[in-house]
Amino acid sequence: MLSIVEIDRGTPAVKSDVQVTLSIDGRSITVPEGTSVMRAAAQAGINIPKLCATDMLEAFGSCRLCLVEIENRKGYPASCTTPVVEGMKVSTQTPKLADIRRGVMELYISDHPLDCLTCPANGHCELQDMAGVVGLREVRYGYDGANHVFAKTKQGDTNPHFVAKDESNPYFSFDPSKCIVCSRCVRACDEVQGTFALTIQGRGFESKVAASQNNRFLDSECVSCGACVQACPTATLSEKSLIDRGQAEHSVVTTCAYCGVGCSFRAEMKGEEIVRMVPNKDGHANHGHSCVKGRFAIGYATHPDRINTPMIRKKISDPWRIVSWEEAIAYAASEFKRLQATYGKFSIGGITSSRCTNEETYLVQKLVRAGFGNNNVDTCARVCHSPTGYGLKSTMGESAGTQDFDSIEQTDVVLVIGANPTDAHPVFGSQMKRRLRAGAKLIVADPRRIDLVRTPHIKADYHLKLKPGTNVALLNTLAHVIVTEGLVDEAFVAARCEPEAFAKWRTFVSQDKYSPEAMEAETGVPAAMVRSAARLYATGGNAAIYYGLGVTEHSQGSTAVMGIANLAMATGNIGREGVGVNPLRGQNNVQGSCDMGSFPHEFTGYRHVSDPVVRGSFEADWGVHLHDEPGLRIPNMFEAAIDGSFKGLYIEGEDIAQSDPNTQHVTAALQAMECVVVQDLFLNETAKYAHVFLPGSSFLEKDGTFVNAERRISRVRKVMEPKARYADWEATQLLANAMGYPMHYSHPSEIMDEIARLTPTFHGVSFDKIDTLGSIQWPCNEDHPEGTPVMHVNEFVRGKGRFMLTEYVPTTEKVNARHPLILTTGRILSQYNVGAQTRRTANVMWHDEDRLEIHPHDAEERGIKEDDWVGVESRAGQTVLRARISERMQPGVVYTTFHFPGSGANVITTENSDWATNCPEYKVTAVQVTRVDQPSEWQKRYQAFSNEQQALLDAAEAP
Amino acid sequence: MNIERLVTMANDISHYFAADPDQAAGAAAIADHLKKFWEPGMRKQIVAHLAGGGEGLEPLTRMGVQKLAELDNQVTAANSE
Repeated sequence: MLSIVEIDRGTPAVKSDVQVTLSIDGRSITVPEGTSVMRAAAQAGINIPKLCATDMLEAFGSCRLCLVEIENRKGYPASCTTPVVEGMKVSTQTPKLADIRRGVMELYISDHPLDCLTCPANGHCELQDMAGVVGLREVRYGYDGANHVFAKTKQGDTNPHFVAKDESNPYFSFDPSKCIVCSRCVRACDEVQGTFALTIQGRGFESKVAASQNNRFLDSECVSCGACVQACPTATLSEKSLIDRGQAEHSVVTTCAYCGVGCSFRAEMKGEEIVRMVPNKDGHANHGHSCVKGRFAIGYATHPDRINTPMIRKKISDPWRIVSWEEAIAYAASEFKRLQATYGKFSIGGITSSRCTNEETYLVQKLVRAGFGNNNVDTCARVCHSPTGYGLKSTMGESAGTQDFDSIEQTDVVLVIGANPTDAHPVFGSQMKRRLRAGAKLIVADPRRIDLVRTPHIKADYHLKLKPGTNVALLNTLAHVIVTEGLVDEAFVAARCEPEAFAKWRTFVSQDKYSPEAMEAETGVPAAMVRSAARLYATGGNAAIYYGLGVTEHSQGSTAVMGIANLAMATGNIGREGVGVNPLRGQNNVQGSCDMGSFPHEFTGYRHVSDPVVRGSFEADWGVHLHDEPGLRIPNMFEAAIDGSFKGLYIEGEDIAQSDPNTQHVTAALQAMECVVVQDLFLNETAKYAHVFLPGSSFLEKDGTFVNAERRISRVRKVMEPKARYADWEATQLLANAMGYPMHYSHPSEIMDEIARLTPTFHGVSFDKIDTLGSIQWPCNEDHPEGTPVMHVNEFVRGKGRFMLTEYVPTTEKVNARHPLILTTGRILSQYNVGAQTRRTANVMWHDEDRLEIHPHDAEERGIKEDDWVGVESRAGQTVLRARISERMQPGVVYTTFHFPGSGANVITTENSDWATNCPEYKVTAVQVTRVDQPSEWQKRYQAFSNEQQALLDAAEAP
Repeated sequence: MNIERLVTMANDISHYFAADPDQAAGAAAIADHLKKFWEPGMRKQIVAHLAGGGEGLEPLTRMGVQKLAELDNQVTAANSE
């Protein structure tokens, strides 16, 4: 079922420079060439009856309801498949057309249940609407003949055409008895999602929709994106939430709080209750598509585990005490003040959240800088994309990706390195697959055979299956080929880049040691393949690089980002549509939290705290003296806590005890602190070490903005009151006031106004403008009043592009006899980050535990079989997981996800980090894997501690 | 803070800048990086560690930390004027 508020014009919009004028029912209308008659009519306000057509899909022409008459043409062409022609004269309603349509509808209804009043689609069913529109008054065929409607025939025998409901998917039901075989679901799965899980099986009256080889939906290849459910014109595919609750009565546009794609959604509501989430067709990042998380996995927001009252305790071994907001805030503030009085101004700090809004993030860093009087503020981007900020700023001058997602429509060669878009950024993954199916070439650099390497109608031209930790070596070999084979875009480099730096770089990458042949043993990638891939990237037309945490989360993360930027500059693939360097951000607001000045060394807009002019502007606006030295980064905070100089931390919406590496080190640091304040939806792993718990608010409970991976600022809109009385920005404001630094915002839009006032790249941004434009890509200011889809167009933000030297320095994390395998980590489609949200939804039906993926050869050597419990040991710690034997892995490399705290994936990861930013080296840990029959010591301790903390929560007493 | 960890981090930084054929430029870049991204307490600690013999600091790292000491002293001197 489509959104309750969107208008469906039947076929997709077409872009063309040529305009065509035609007449429909006597009305003159001008549309771009290539537009269908149906869409042209809709634009003129004439809605031609239709069933198989929807503007989210290409025209199909099967339902025969949208027929029209065209002057000087024979017959009754389908308006959805007929393109407009200059001077065409169309009639959409004639006695003959009315007859045909009624006849068609009569046939449809003769094989459709007549339970409209109790049907979930009632009130929004396209079949019902069309019956009304064509004036269907009788069904002369009766209902006794062959049908798909009834389980039994009139004679009481089993009806061979009847198929029972498939309720296997937790979020939607499939009722084949209501199917009209319009193929919209099949086409949505193919065209929109690109999974090709559905098909029409059989012919003629036998035709029916089937998932994979006639499987249940849950057992099929279906990834539960819901595009089919949205496309279905009847109740055949219906959200279970819609079946439970009935039709929504209003709809609010907001932005998804999962990954960095930042899909725009319509929250379809009844009062304060969400009936369903429908991706917004006008959404600039997602164009009406979504994944299983954004559309369906929102139950966490109303989950009983949510804690909606503040709590405090003196020691973490004490039971929690439920207190008023006033008491909790007063206690936190008095503790922070006591710590600063005892241990000094620099003994406390804060962590901002990439899950919260820009306005909330901004307030936390403001509280730290202005209220705490130091710069000890950091954000979870530290552990994911901080190298992106450093690397892109050094080379091009701005800490952000260069394109919008739609840029890929102009791309000829896609290079994906260290990213897994179909799992981690699924909606953009679908867009990428669409472009690849249309003919763009694909190079994948990844230690694993990710889905993109081979998926329906897509096959990577080259899969550079490198060894983990050798990104920089591989990038240098690609650069070597480009330089030594004369593939540099000399004109671009001469015009746009610093000549000295380029000359230095050219010499550097030309060294023999970086030839693909010399590096083959190190990277594991055949030299000939590197050469072919480099040639394709350099000469295949518009080439765009997409990368993710497989690039950044390494000891040379920043170097690799610079290596990527070097490649793009050397080949002139920067500054126009179809090219560029595109970091795929992990969390919804990673880009925004970085933009908002969450890093300890910089204010909003990436300006260093030591810059007196910038600092002066903040001092004038905030009315305080600000510190001019960088503060502690998250890993530094842990070190400082363990050595006793860092005592208090305010953490908004991040679970460092689960997400940060070397868990035992992190928990030791948390235990060494005297006041840990956690603001979150749930008692997460970190909150188990907290002294003050402030209840957080979900994205549905507040106003604000997120910035996605494209620098796109989109609105988050409140659809229900905060469950715990205050939105997160209000809680921070209360704490600031209690700390003695006054804040008096009455709405998040005022915070954005302040951000805009103080940040050159945000000067032109306001809630009003976002409401008008739908979304805005920063920079948005005097020079770019409506935002900037593509950056570095005529010159780089820093002026000239700067090539950086990228020496390959192998990680110290090496395999040896004790730890002969390399562990790398990643994520999966159905779960999100630490899983605090998705684990509390039915998404666990797809992934209910983290597994260790291991190559059959490595498994056999160790006597490991599928589902065996295996111990994974590194120099940092040991944990136990169940094995999954998988040829996606290369021998010598094992893989796991980190969505469940008890898995302890981060007990194994080490303190190694990126040289420039301290981003942890999650992707490379030397381990040994052995068969075991019990949980690790850490897991036993973890379980005991968690049980104890749960008991302390259960014992929480109200005053 | 654990000085061994700081030494490792400082060496990691110098490994990157070692690519610059101009060693003095490399050392200056290390100092600049430390100055921009390290909290003052950490800088003080690594400078003191160098003064105390600098165990574990590699040659280029030493040059960088030495440069940092000069940078930080300059600022201190400027502030006290």
